[in-house]
Amino acid sequence: MNALLFGTHGLDGGVLMSLFLHFGMLSLLAIGGAITTAPDMQRYVVGEHGWLTDAQFTSSVAIAQAAPGPNVLFVAVVGWNIAGLAGVAATLAGSLLPSTTVALAASRYGNRNRESRAIRAFSAGMAPLTLGLLLATGWVLTAPMRDSAGAMLLVPFTVALLIKTKISPIWLVAVGAVVGALGWAD
Amino acid sequence: MPEAGELRRPRSAKDIARVFNRMALQGFGGVLAVAQRELVERERWMTPAQFLELLSLGQVLPGPNIINMALIIGDRFLGWRGAAAALAGLLCLPLVIVLLLAVLYRETLSQPMVAGALRGMGAVAAGLVIGTALKLVDGLRLNPMGRPAAAGIALLTLLAIGVWRWPMVGVVLGLGGLSVAAAWWRLGQ
Repeated sequence: MNALLFGTHGLDGGVLMSLFLHFGMLSLLAIGGAITTAPDMQRYVVGEHGWLTDAQFTSSVAIAQAAPGPNVLFVAVVGWNIAGLAGVAATLAGSLLPSTTVALAASRYGNRNRESRAIRAFSAGMAPLTLGLLLATGWVLTAPMRDSAGAMLLVPFTVALLIKTKISPIWLVAVGAVVGALGWAD
Repeated sequence: MPEAGELRRPRSAKDIARVFNRMALQGFGGVLAVAQRELVERERWMTPAQFLELLSLGQVLPGPNIINMALIIGDRFLGWRGAAAALAGLLCLPLVIVLLLAVLYRETLSQPMVAGALRGMGAVAAGLVIGTALKLVDGLRLNPMGRPAAAGIALLTLLAIGVWRWPMVGVVLGLGGLSVAAAWWRLGQ
């Protein structure tokens, strides 16, 4: 029961506080998505403190990718592996509280001044950048599978069906899972 | 896709939580593709151009993009109650699922068939992100910089981040700064 609540390191208020503070700081630096902070989290929890092994950290990210929901939940798995449910609370609160506060304040400010030239220029100027970043993210996600013809065929197949049909993306993910389980994406 | 005249609004905080929860549970390998489908095409809460605008805002602000976007959408429809509902819908059930997976990890995820399935799902996730981006290209039609210039900036961003692997901060501040300045200048004409 204790391992469930507090993980294998035992409860340590200092550990929890450092997790909360470090993840909170990273959350404020995470421009372009939570996953961009993974390298520094790895440096901190594996390299600097040895709370997790490299393999544990990598598998934490893989688990979150395999589950439905926002990618940021990988910080919850990292917290879980370090300090059980208390660790989840520390990493998740750290990753969400500072950034959500800033986001809400900025959004309200932007909405109040939405007709101003500066805000309109910001939206219009950033829109093509956002599109380019999305395309780049899709491309970078294919990096581990570029030597697999099967996996690389799945990419344009998905793009075509997403654009041309009304099929829910979850069915396309299911096709990918079956194709991969059969060994055709190796 | 909906034009500005045919938009709908969520009826209550519960409505917001329900839609974001449905979205999160379908979102394997990221929620973005599903978000576009649900918010723009199914619920008709916003146009493609508005979606792109909110996504830009979510991306530039610190923190997870989709979380920022959910907060902003919830807040604009129903204030802080809407923001809290969107966040709860997006996170609660997926958090339970991901922790269950973490507990089961050793018995399941390390098997070769499961590892293969994860690779296949990863390939589809990449395709979903690319497909969503291509659908949003339509949102550039009304861009004050004009479609060719906007498409050029998008392509340059793709190359800088995806191929040349330049640091994100530099690209967003440098190219983003130039792009915002160009839009500012065009809006003043």
